[in-house]
Amino acid sequence: MLKHTNYLTKVYGVKDGHTLAVYEREAQGYQAAKKVLTSMTREQVVDEAKKANIRGRGGAGFPMGVKWSFMRPHATKPAYLVLNADEGEPGTHKDRTLMEENPHSVIEGCIIGCYGIGAHVAYIYVRDELHLSKARLEAAIEEARAKGYLGKTPFGKAYPVDVHVHTGAGAYICGEETSLLNSLEGRRGEPRLKPPFPAQVGAFGCPTTVNNLETIGIVPSAFLMGCEEFSKLSALHAINDGGVRLYGVNGHVKKPCVVELAVGPTLRELVYDVGGGVLGDKPLWAIIPGGSSTPVLRADELVHAPDEKSPLHEYHGKSILDVPLGVDTARGLGTMLGTCCITVMAEGTSPVAAMQNLMQFYRHESCGQCTPCREGSGWLVRICDKLMAGTATMAELDTLHSVANNIMGNTICAFGEGTAMPALGFLKKFRKDFEAYVRDSQAGKRATLVVEGESFLPPSANAGAQAAE
Amino acid sequence: MPFELSPDREKKLTDLLGRYPTKMAACIPLLHLCQEQNGWVSEDVVAFVSERLELPPAHVQGVVTFYSLFNQKPVGKHQLWVCRTLPCALRGAGELLHYCEHKLGIHAGETTADGKITLRTAECLASCGTAPMIQVDKTYHENLTPEKVDKILDDLRR
Ligand SMILES: Cc1cc2nc3c(=O)[nH]c(=O)nc-3n(C[C@H](O)[C@H](O)[C@H](O)COP(=O)(O)O)c2cc1C
Ligand code: SF4
Ligand code: FES
Repeated sequence: MLKHTNYLTKVYGVKDGHTLAVYEREAQGYQAAKKVLTSMTREQVVDEAKKANIRGRGGAGFPMGVKWSFMRPHATKPAYLVLNADEGEPGTHKDRTLMEENPHSVIEGCIIGCYGIGAHVAYIYVRDELHLSKARLEAAIEEARAKGYLGKTPFGKAYPVDVHVHTGAGAYICGEETSLLNSLEGRRGEPRLKPPFPAQVGAFGCPTTVNNLETIGIVPSAFLMGCEEFSKLSALHAINDGGVRLYGVNGHVKKPCVVELAVGPTLRELVYDVGGGVLGDKPLWAIIPGGSSTPVLRADELVHAPDEKSPLHEYHGKSILDVPLGVDTARGLGTMLGTCCITVMAEGTSPVAAMQNLMQFYRHESCGQCTPCREGSGWLVRICDKLMAGTATMAELDTLHSVANNIMGNTICAFGEGTAMPALGFLKKFRKDFEAYVRDSQAGKRATLVVEGESFLPPSANAGAQAAE
Repeated sequence: MPFELSPDREKKLTDLLGRYPTKMAACIPLLHLCQEQNGWVSEDVVAFVSERLELPPAHVQGVVTFYSLFNQKPVGKHQLWVCRTLPCALRGAGELLHYCEHKLGIHAGETTADGKITLRTAECLASCGTAPMIQVDKTYHENLTPEKVDKILDDLRR
């Protein structure tokens, strides 16, 4: 069931909601950090954090508390906390709202996170384009320093904490955590081989925890109410997917937005109740559940989980639109929860044009270190181009398949899978459409990505523009 | 003439260097500071960054070529990026781009003859819920309509 909450979003839209004064007045700001630093040991913080069942908000859904527990004090090296606010996954628009509207929750989360993992410095890596986000974070850091919440003795405790904003320079791959660390160190943002993992060798060769910005932003709320209580807010607490998170809805919906909900809404609720329904009241056709790297779902799919041990067994035979969405339930549907921002597509959208658009993105953003990724992403675009131009053959559909398959498992970083999985998803789910583009050389010319009458140009102008061509 | 930072940006550089355990880490932020002042990253800028951060010029050059936001040649006074990625395309980014190209009389990747506006496409700018959108210099313009775009372009050309 849809459960709206407002732990992170309470100050959204409030006048001066991004300032320290409002954060303290409206959201019990910095009370959690004070409680943690003045009454808990480091070990207690990590144990408590595990109980929150906060699954990483950056895409992979790894449990935050468990990641924190990997950090071991080093004899000579300092430790670092690094926040990932690169937010470049197509379809993802949630972290930006947090930085712009509630930056202090992030700074407070940094204080608790640093203490928990044994770090004294946190870096927030923000993509360069988000100028307002950076300014809001910088201002929040200044305010927190002036109050003494950051600095040598936060809340009277001799545990120095400082936070810095670092910027990228336009490269999606820098969202991948090891690429991000290279970029933070002043290098080309090329991913590193793992192992070693960042908890052993991270920023500047030191033990490092990399978490998504929202992962850290929700930490104060969890500690304020008690982490187990927080976890129970979720419909999926029983399968260790706890609390609340930001959900984004974009694409062909009437009311695109970012909202905070208890974990576990269904796709149907997100499209119709949160997103206001499909543009032009068209039938719902397909959904990309959590950023462009997560495989597409057809609206008419049914859950296939005959195994009684499957977490989805109780939904066997029902519509995928009615499954409560969490990290593991999404995986059960053969896709991923990803960044939890859904892209909605109405009937009439061309799967070939959609795939072509996304493959252009991946070709552009591949860092080029691995041949299967660098060359494969180019192949995928070229075949999509031919399908759109009406010159592709059936054999090339099989090439599309084998090129994507050849990327899987053969690359340094998960960008490769992030390219291949959505390609294979489109191809498998819409095979008949792809074949139609081979048979009918005019199909590409009729292909559209917009809902007629609901696009940038008013319908009349559109007709005029087409006539002029 | 060798490149030099303005006094207020020199101050920012001092602050930057205090944030990291290595000088190299200031490389990207410093390149941003230089580009803000110079418009693009010239050979002189690379030499300056390499000297101040004690890095080989090849390292700095390697960084410049990796990141798409560093201009390796002079660009227009204003930068206009139209987001082209799927969520925006579903809301008419394709039409928006054509509209801008038509109004400016240039193609994506080009600069207007008066040197005022460079038009480019961008990949997802984390604004998919307010699509279609354009970034103009440091400002996002969201939920665009033809009227809004007309106003943005008029203001820029003034
Ligand atoms: C190609 C690629 C891009 C990524 N982009 C982002 C991103 O923009 N933001 C983010 O938080 N995580 C991103 N990730 C995931 C990070 O590598 C990492 O898993 C995450 O920051 C960990 O934080 P979490 O455990 O709190 O989710 C990306 C991963 C890959 C492979
Ligand atoms: S998989 Fe692609 S993005 Fe990742 S390291 Fe290899 S070439 Fe670079
Ligand atoms: S697709 Fe344009 S902002 Fe995300």
